[in-house]
Amino acid sequence: MDIARARPFEIRVDEWLLADLDVRLANTRLPPLQGPQDWDAGASPVYLRGLLEYWRNHYDWRAEEARLNRLGQFRAEVRGAEIHFIHERARNHTGKRPPLPLILTHGFPDSFTRFLKLIPMLTDPAAHGGQAEDAFDVVVPSLPWCAFSRERRHSSGLFGVNDIWHALMTEVLGYERFGAHGGDWGSTITEHLARSHANSVIGIHLTDVPFWHSLKVPDDLKPGEREYVDQVQQFQMKEGAYAMIQGRKPQTLADGLNDSPIGLAAWLTEKFQRWSDCDGDLDSRFTKNEMLTNAMVYWVTGSIGGAFMPYFDVLNAGPPRWIAEAVKQKIGSDEVPAGFAIFPKDLSHPPREWAERFFNVQRWTEFKKGGHFAAMEQPEMLAADIREFFRPLRSEQ
Amino acid sequence: MATQASTQPFRIGISGQVLDDLRARLHRTRRIRVLDGGSWQGGSDPDYLDELLAYWRDEYDWRRHERELNQLSQFVTHIDDARLHYIHEPGFGVRSVPVLLLHGWPDSFLRYRAVIPLLAGADNDCADDLTCDVVVPSLPGFAFTGQIGSPADIPSIKYSAQLLHRLMTEVLGYEQFVVAGGDGGSAIAQSMAIQFPESVYGIHLTDIGWHDHGDTLTPIEQKYVAVIKRKFMEDGAYAAVHMAQPRALAASLNDSPAGLASWIVDRCHSWCDTPRHLEQSFSKDEMLTNITIYWITQTIQSSIYGYLAEARQPSLGKDDRVECPVGLALFPRDMAVPPRRLAERTLNIARWTEMPAGGHFGAWERPAEFAADLKGFVIAVTDPLAQRAFDGHRARKAI
Repeated sequence: MDIARARPFEIRVDEWLLADLDVRLANTRLPPLQGPQDWDAGASPVYLRGLLEYWRNHYDWRAEEARLNRLGQFRAEVRGAEIHFIHERARNHTGKRPPLPLILTHGFPDSFTRFLKLIPMLTDPAAHGGQAEDAFDVVVPSLPWCAFSRERRHSSGLFGVNDIWHALMTEVLGYERFGAHGGDWGSTITEHLARSHANSVIGIHLTDVPFWHSLKVPDDLKPGEREYVDQVQQFQMKEGAYAMIQGRKPQTLADGLNDSPIGLAAWLTEKFQRWSDCDGDLDSRFTKNEMLTNAMVYWVTGSIGGAFMPYFDVLNAGPPRWIAEAVKQKIGSDEVPAGFAIFPKDLSHPPREWAERFFNVQRWTEFKKGGHFAAMEQPEMLAADIREFFRPLRSEQ
Repeated sequence: MATQASTQPFRIGISGQVLDDLRARLHRTRRIRVLDGGSWQGGSDPDYLDELLAYWRDEYDWRRHERELNQLSQFVTHIDDARLHYIHEPGFGVRSVPVLLLHGWPDSFLRYRAVIPLLAGADNDCADDLTCDVVVPSLPGFAFTGQIGSPADIPSIKYSAQLLHRLMTEVLGYEQFVVAGGDGGSAIAQSMAIQFPESVYGIHLTDIGWHDHGDTLTPIEQKYVAVIKRKFMEDGAYAAVHMAQPRALAASLNDSPAGLASWIVDRCHSWCDTPRHLEQSFSKDEMLTNITIYWITQTIQSSIYGYLAEARQPSLGKDDRVECPVGLALFPRDMAVPPRRLAERTLNIARWTEMPAGGHFGAWERPAEFAADLKGFVIAVTDPLAQRAFDGHRARKAI
C-alpha cells in the first residue's frame, strides 16, 4: 500500500449535526394519512411512522459509527477524486498463493454498507463455513460522489469510475491482479473495469447483466431473451420514474431529500421494499437499523445528490460518449472470465444466452431466494458463489 | 342534498404557530448543490432557489397576502363527506353567466385571481354588458379544500367533476354554466361536459388534456404525439413520480419547505412564458403565496394523488367525446399546440384561439388576454340563453 496516499479514516460525525437531526426528527411533518396504507403508492405510511419512532427513540448512530469504524477504512486521492474505501485483509488464510484481492462495488439506493455482512465471509471464509484458501483481501470503495468519498463534480462521471478503481487497486494498494464484484451500478462499473483493464482483472462476478445492453436489441433474440428484454422494458415503463427524476432533475429531488431526514429515508426504503425478496414486508428482510444506517450515510455526508450522478450521466451522455463506449466495447476485452449469480426477486432475470453475448461466462447460478440486494439479503449464498467462482482463477494471480 | 346551512363564508387564518414553524425550518434549511454548473440544467437553479428561500425567510409577508386573499368572497360548503372551498364573485352586469374556473397542478385558485374581477365586471361601468358569476374552487386534494373522501380513497377526476357539478347546481343553484380549465382543470371540465351535458353551455380549455387515441393517427398527428412523448421523456419525470410513487416523494416535500419550493418552482420555470427571466412571468411573491398555501394546508401529497388515480383508471376513455361547444385558448409556450384535427377527435371545437404570448399558466400570466377570450366564448355559447339562466338563478335565490 502506498502509505503516502492512503490515509486511515474514521467516521466521526460532528455533534451539532446529530443535534440538528434530532430537531428535524422531532418536528417531522409526515403527510396526512390518505390512500391505501401499503407500499403501492410509494412508501407505506405505517412503515414510515414506525421508522420515525425507531429513529427518534432507539436508533443509536454513535453505536453504528463505532461498528463501522471497526473496519479498516481509508481515504486516498485517486485521479482527482478523494475516495473513501474499506480495506480488510484476509484472515486465517492458508494456501500456496497470497489471498486474492477483490473489489466490491455498490449501487443505488445502497452504499458501501451493502457489503458489511459479506466482508467477513470473504476475508475469513474458514470462520464462516468455507475453506481457508478461499480468503480474499477485500476493498469496498464508496462511489466517488457518495458517502465519505469526495468528488465535487466528475470529469468523466460514471464512465470513468473504472479507471479510478483500477488506479486505487494497482497504484494505491499495489495489487497487480485482482477480482471484482458488483450489482446495480456496481455491475456496470465492474464490467467497464474488465473491458478497459483486462490485464489486471482476473475475473468479474455480477448479480445482473448491466441493463444498458438491452438498449440495443439484437434481431436474433431467442425466446428466453425476448422475455428478458420485455421484462427490462416493462420495468422502465412501470418503475422507471425514480431513474427519470434522478437523471433529469437530480437537483430538484435532492433539494427536498437533503433537507428532510424522513423524506430521504422514505425515498430509499421504498426501493428496498420493492426490489428485495421480502414478500412485501420490509421488516422481514432488513432491520430498521440497517435501513437507517444506509440513509444516515447519505444524510451525514449530504451526498444524496451524488447517488443520482450515474443516472444523470447515462441520461445526459451525448452521442460522442456512446460512440466512445461502443468503441471500447469493440476493442475492449470480452475475455475476462465472468460469473453470474441471479436472484429471483431481482429487477430482471436474464437468461444465460443473453449474458453470453457480452461476457465470457464461466459460472452461472440461479438462486431460489433473494433479491436485488443479495449481499444484504443472502450474504452466505452470495459469498459461497463468489468463492467458488474465483477458486479456479486464483492460479492466474 | 346540500343545504344553505352547510355553506359558510370562509376567511383564511393561519395560526402563528404554523408560520413560526415554517420560518424555523427556513432558517435551518440544508442546501445542496448537485452539479458543478448550476443554472437549471439539473432541475431548479440552486442559486435562484437560494435567493427565493432567503426572500421567503426574511422578506415575504404571508399576513399581507392573507389579508389580500381575504378580500375575495370565499366559502366552504359540505357535500356529503367532502368539504369544498371556493370563491364566488357574482357578476356586476345585468346579464351574468355563471362560469366555473378550474385550476391545475402545481397552481391553485391563485391561477385565476387577476381574472376574477375582469370577468365579474367589477372594473366595468357598462353595467348592461354581459358579465360572469365567477366560481373558483380549490380542487379536491388542493389548498383549503384539501383531502376529501375517506382516508382509503384517492378521488378521481370523474369524482371531482361530480362534486363540482353538485357545487354549481345544488349549492349555488345554477342550472347551466360554462366551465373553464387548464391542466388538471381541463380534464375535469371535459369530464363534467361528458357526464352532465345538460348543465354545461360549453367548456373553455387552455389545453386538450390527455386522451388515448389508439393507432388511427395521421402522420401530422403522430408527429404531435411524438413531440409530446419526447417532451415527457425530457421534462415529465415529475409526472412519472406522481403516478408511480407519490408518497415516497411527498414525505420530503411535506417536511421541507425548500424541497416543496424547488419542486414547484422547477415547474413554473419549465412552463412559464419567459424561462430565461422567470420573474417576468411570476414575481417571487406570487410564487411564494402559491407555495405557502401548499405548505400550510399540507396538501402536496393529496394534490399529486390525482396522477396516480388517472394512471390506474383514466377518467377520459377512448370513446369519450365532448359534444358541447369547446373553446380552446392555446398559449404558445404551453407544452405544444395540437393539430386542430387531433383536438376535434375528442372535442367539439367551436372556438380556436392561438394566443400571442403565454405559457402553461396562461390565465395567471396573461389574465387580460385570457379573460377576453373566455368572455368571447361565453357570449357565443350563451346568447340568447344567457338571460334565461340568469333569471333562473335569481328566482332560485329569491326562494
